Amino acid sequence: MNIIVCIKQVPGTTKVEVDEKTGVLKRENVESKMNPYDLYAIETALWVKEKTGGKVIAITMGPPQAQAILKEAYMMGVDEGYLLSDRRFAGADVLATSYTLSQGMKTIGNFDLIICGKQTTDGDTSQVGPSLAEYLEIPHVAWVKKIDQITEKSIIVEQDLADSTETAELGFPCLITVEKDIMQPRLPSYKKKLETADREIKVLTLDDFADRDNSNYGLNGSPTKVERIFPPESNTSQEMFEGPPQELAVKIYDVLKQIKVIRQ
Amino acid sequence: MLGVNRKICDLCEECIKACPFKAIEVKDGYVEINAACKLCKICIKRCPKNAIVFIDGKRPEVNKDEWKGIMVYVEHVDGKIHPVTFELIGKAVELASKINQPVYSIFIGCEIKDKANELLYYGVDKVFVYDDEQFKYFRADVYANAFEDCIKKIKPSIVLVGATSMGRSLAPRVSVRFRTGLTADCTVLDIRENTDLVQIRPAFGGNIMAQIVTPNSRPQFATVRYKVMDRAKCAENPKGTVELCTMPPNKLSSGINVIKVVPKEQQPSISDAEVIVAGGRGLKDKKDLDMLEELAQLLGGQTAVSRPLVEAGWMPYTKQIGLSGRTVRPKLIITCGISGAVQFTACMNTSDCIIAINKDKNAPIFKIAHYGIVGDLYEVIPALIEQIKNKEGVACNAI
Repeated sequence: MNIIVCIKQVPGTTKVEVDEKTGVLKRENVESKMNPYDLYAIETALWVKEKTGGKVIAITMGPPQAQAILKEAYMMGVDEGYLLSDRRFAGADVLATSYTLSQGMKTIGNFDLIICGKQTTDGDTSQVGPSLAEYLEIPHVAWVKKIDQITEKSIIVEQDLADSTETAELGFPCLITVEKDIMQPRLPSYKKKLETADREIKVLTLDDFADRDNSNYGLNGSPTKVERIFPPESNTSQEMFEGPPQELAVKIYDVLKQIKVIRQ
Repeated sequence: MLGVNRKICDLCEECIKACPFKAIEVKDGYVEINAACKLCKICIKRCPKNAIVFIDGKRPEVNKDEWKGIMVYVEHVDGKIHPVTFELIGKAVELASKINQPVYSIFIGCEIKDKANELLYYGVDKVFVYDDEQFKYFRADVYANAFEDCIKKIKPSIVLVGATSMGRSLAPRVSVRFRTGLTADCTVLDIRENTDLVQIRPAFGGNIMAQIVTPNSRPQFATVRYKVMDRAKCAENPKGTVELCTMPPNKLSSGINVIKVVPKEQQPSISDAEVIVAGGRGLKDKKDLDMLEELAQLLGGQTAVSRPLVEAGWMPYTKQIGLSGRTVRPKLIITCGISGAVQFTACMNTSDCIIAINKDKNAPIFKIAHYGIVGDLYEVIPALIEQIKNKEGVACNAI
């Protein structure tokens, strides 16, 4: 079975600031790391491979520096790594990102199961996985918290919906996004690091894709436009109240209404 | 993408110094921009020779007049409508009135058509119902088929979906079918005269806010979290109508076979609570926790305590906030008789709203509270409970 895991390099911290003058994120001196939710996706993929055989391929889209997370994936036991890297991919939103990934997967060829983390810690959208499934015209189940059964033909998963757990069977090829804690991710191994030191990372650019129309990629292929970014309004205003208990109770009641804990 | 005019560039390397992403380098004697470029355009401003230019790829213009109205996806379980739906309708009614366009709802499920009338009481002009055995369970692929069918027929300018587990699984599939923009987890929505939806959402775990528009694609998809928008008000004389829609059989087959659905056992954890009423050393007796429990129930929340009460055996360890207990980040926390030692505050000070009740106006808890209530919890809390019980309005969905 060919299992593809989608991973992403994200800033090492979410404590980022906006440059007041330019309105651009300050990313200098911010370390990068693998999106933590992707570790669960990799672990799940390796677990599936142990059950069914086959190989695990990690794929990421990003700058040349994103090779680092593919190396990390190798150290966990991933067999092959692909980096989709091209400056024509820059500025991609959900639609363009998922399209680029879908083109990358079609270039790689055969896949049975695609596994994504539930979301990233920088964009926080959790939309790329289901979008990718749509582009590939395969079924998906999101928020998978447990795999009940996997065979050559299908996978049975438990989907975490807010008030219920839906157990569903999907035939291959299909895509799942996995919850944190579906499995405990293994640590990168030093032995694997030595073994995979020379392992190739395949870099794909737009020229390797079937669709080479650059209006479908990057900023050009992104229907959403970020008009501005700004720091959130700080919640630092403080008010103190003293007085008779009745008045204090009314004051609290008004606050509860204002923050919509109580309906009018 | 960015281009460098090699005839003008004199290799001063100012752009290389300015780039926050290490995306510019000198290769074979020319300045080149590599795949690390995020299109922040800082280099364009910084280049003394104006040698760097932004090359815009034009997409065909969409005719915005062909797309009218705001469509709200009705989230539900077996016909029981999720309250986020009424919040989205409230927002849709407000936005639609600004551009004088209708509000639609799409309701997909099995044996639900009798429930559709309820939506009209909130000001929806037309509800499109897809009622079929195949929609008994939530399956993103077939639900997307019905959603697509409705959008093709109605051509709404805007589509709003709850940012719930189901909504965030469904909306991406549908928006891809229209090759259009989807903005997740919006906290603020507004509309321009040209029907462009102004979407504001948090990123980087809430440390940055982004204002996003979808200026040249329709429909504009946005998801919104539960309890962010105001619930729709009841309409006095509902004028809307319900339309039953059907799908061809080939659009009803799914790649997903639902085996079973099990309701979750509710094991409330204070880490997941949206509202917390927390008690501390100011409580005199174990039974006084009942008073906090009553308040928590009224607010749909949970009780928690600081460390001394766990040590006293009044509450289990799982209910403790603090470095030796749990970290919480609810929408609201009301602390009652808690002085606010740093071991406690470090694990709750990112809560959206902190109301502290304490007799001692110099208590450290007031340094981090948004609303400090200097008073006796034994007087203030019973008064508050009474206030809520007396004034609680009739919920709109009682109709």
